[in-house]
Amino acid sequence: MRHPEPAAWPAVSRQRALYLRRRRRRACLIHTCQIGFLVLFFAQWELSARLGWIDSFILSQPSRILATLRNLSQNHLLTHVGVTLYETLTGFVLGVLLGAGIAVVLWWSSFVSRVAEPYLVVLNSLPKIALGPVIILLVGAGAKAIIFMALAISLIVTVLEMLAGFRATDPESIRMARTFGATKRQIFLKIVLPANINTLFNSLKINIGLSLVGVIAGEFLVSKAGLGYLIVYGGQVFQLDLVMTSVLILSVMAALMYESVAVLQKLVSRRFGG
Amino acid sequence: MEEILRVEDVSHTYQAENGEVNAFEHISFTVRRGEFLSIVGPSGCGKSTLLSVIAGLIPPSGGRVLVDGAVITGVSPHIGYMLQRDNLLEWRTILNNVLFGLEIRRAKTPQNIERAERLLKTYGLYDFRNKYPRQLSGGMRQRAALIRTLATGPDLLLLDEAFSALDYQTRLTVTDDVYRILKRERVTTLMVTHDIPESISMGDRVLILSARPARVRELLSLDFGPGRAPLACRTHPRFGAYFDHIWKELSTDETS
Ligand SMILES: Nc1ncnc2c1ncn2[C@@H]1O[C@H](COP(=O)(O)OP(=O)(O)OP(=O)(O)O)[C@@H](O)[C@H]1O
Ligand SMILES: [Mg+2]
Repeated sequence: MRHPEPAAWPAVSRQRALYLRRRRRRACLIHTCQIGFLVLFFAQWELSARLGWIDSFILSQPSRILATLRNLSQNHLLTHVGVTLYETLTGFVLGVLLGAGIAVVLWWSSFVSRVAEPYLVVLNSLPKIALGPVIILLVGAGAKAIIFMALAISLIVTVLEMLAGFRATDPESIRMARTFGATKRQIFLKIVLPANINTLFNSLKINIGLSLVGVIAGEFLVSKAGLGYLIVYGGQVFQLDLVMTSVLILSVMAALMYESVAVLQKLVSRRFGG
Repeated sequence: MEEILRVEDVSHTYQAENGEVNAFEHISFTVRRGEFLSIVGPSGCGKSTLLSVIAGLIPPSGGRVLVDGAVITGVSPHIGYMLQRDNLLEWRTILNNVLFGLEIRRAKTPQNIERAERLLKTYGLYDFRNKYPRQLSGGMRQRAALIRTLATGPDLLLLDEAFSALDYQTRLTVTDDVYRILKRERVTTLMVTHDIPESISMGDRVLILSARPARVRELLSLDFGPGRAPLACRTHPRFGAYFDHIWKELSTDETS
């Protein structure tokens, strides 16, 4: 919606050119350091393993991880990645939709929110993994139980985060809307929601991490498929390369999902002129 | 001139857990069409509450308010209410901010949009219509907020210290601008202010309220002759006398 500046860009002053160059150099340095550390870490790891400083049977080593990755078909790695991805995304989408829905209801009715308050507080501090066995008994030991687990872990946090954002909306803006006779629905759609685009995305970012935690915990318990299962299995049969490979894939997955939310946030907030 | 607003024996008491607050009681006055009424009173005496009652945002605990002969029971499309802060929405362009009231009232017709654009043109904001609020100065933002209210075509405008957020210099020019806008659009206006000179320079009459619970202390008619303008009034020979009078009325209250 933002319109391009009508006038052509004025010539950049010398000071500004200097400032811009300094900034670019700094950004470049930061990136170099970030990548450098990663390369150094893996190089050190490989070297230590080859020189026998660390026990590569327990801690594995990059070359073995690469080998494991190359033998994808052998241990059905891709299938397991797919299972974990599917469960995480399902848990994430359900968590966001349900969480947002509940937050809207609680914002809408102060009565319902007062009634729900003590339950939310208790549920929020309860370690949800404790519910694992109950969930498995209820819905069976399968993908469903794992998605439930992810939901149990991420839902309450999402609700609380979004509700806090909704409630922190500038009351003066709401008053302004009311002076025009805005209905509660209009206040929500035209003031509260657009004012909370960033809160929403921040809770998405938290949610995606928590869904992953829930899915891995669920896969530990259910132990049928997925990266969580591979990690447990690899530990039991002393195939620690498998464990390390899974952990590495998990970190890449987490980073990619977080990044996609961040990109989406940029697109949407540009749409809202933020 | 015909009467547009009638406030009849209106009282309001706030109820809260830690007791009740009697904001004002038995307030009665009338306002004629096209008139500009300033309202002054000690801090916390219930001026904002009075405007909210007239705007239909708060049902009064006693009495009634009539606009064009009809009792106010909720927010009326005939009334525009402008708060102290401009409350422009940061994620909307100036044009979309100005159309906000029309959008809420589901009155975004081509004629109304045209009217809003005409107001933007007349009051020097048209070139900024695609900018965002943070790109405007305080005075421009305040004007945009006023146009947002005027775009809905109110017969009666309520201003609650609408200019107190501005620095003195800007405030003098903005009040002069706004006064002209209001007189040209023939909008009846009630303006609450803390600033006695402002109340005199803009008002046809000044409603002086007592300390809480507020009552009408005096309804003072000002006479500066025809063709008055807020800035010019300030140098009028009678200005000082009016100022002293209102000052005295307000300060007797604070010592008693
Ligand atoms: N929502 C509320 N609940 C309870 N009491 C309130 C509420 N709003 C205002 N009051 C009280 O009512 C009285 C009048 O408030 P109001 O804001 O109308 O005064 P005011 O004349 O506009 O004050 P100011 O000059 O500071 O703007 C104050 O004593 C205030 O504490
Ligand atoms: Mg006030």
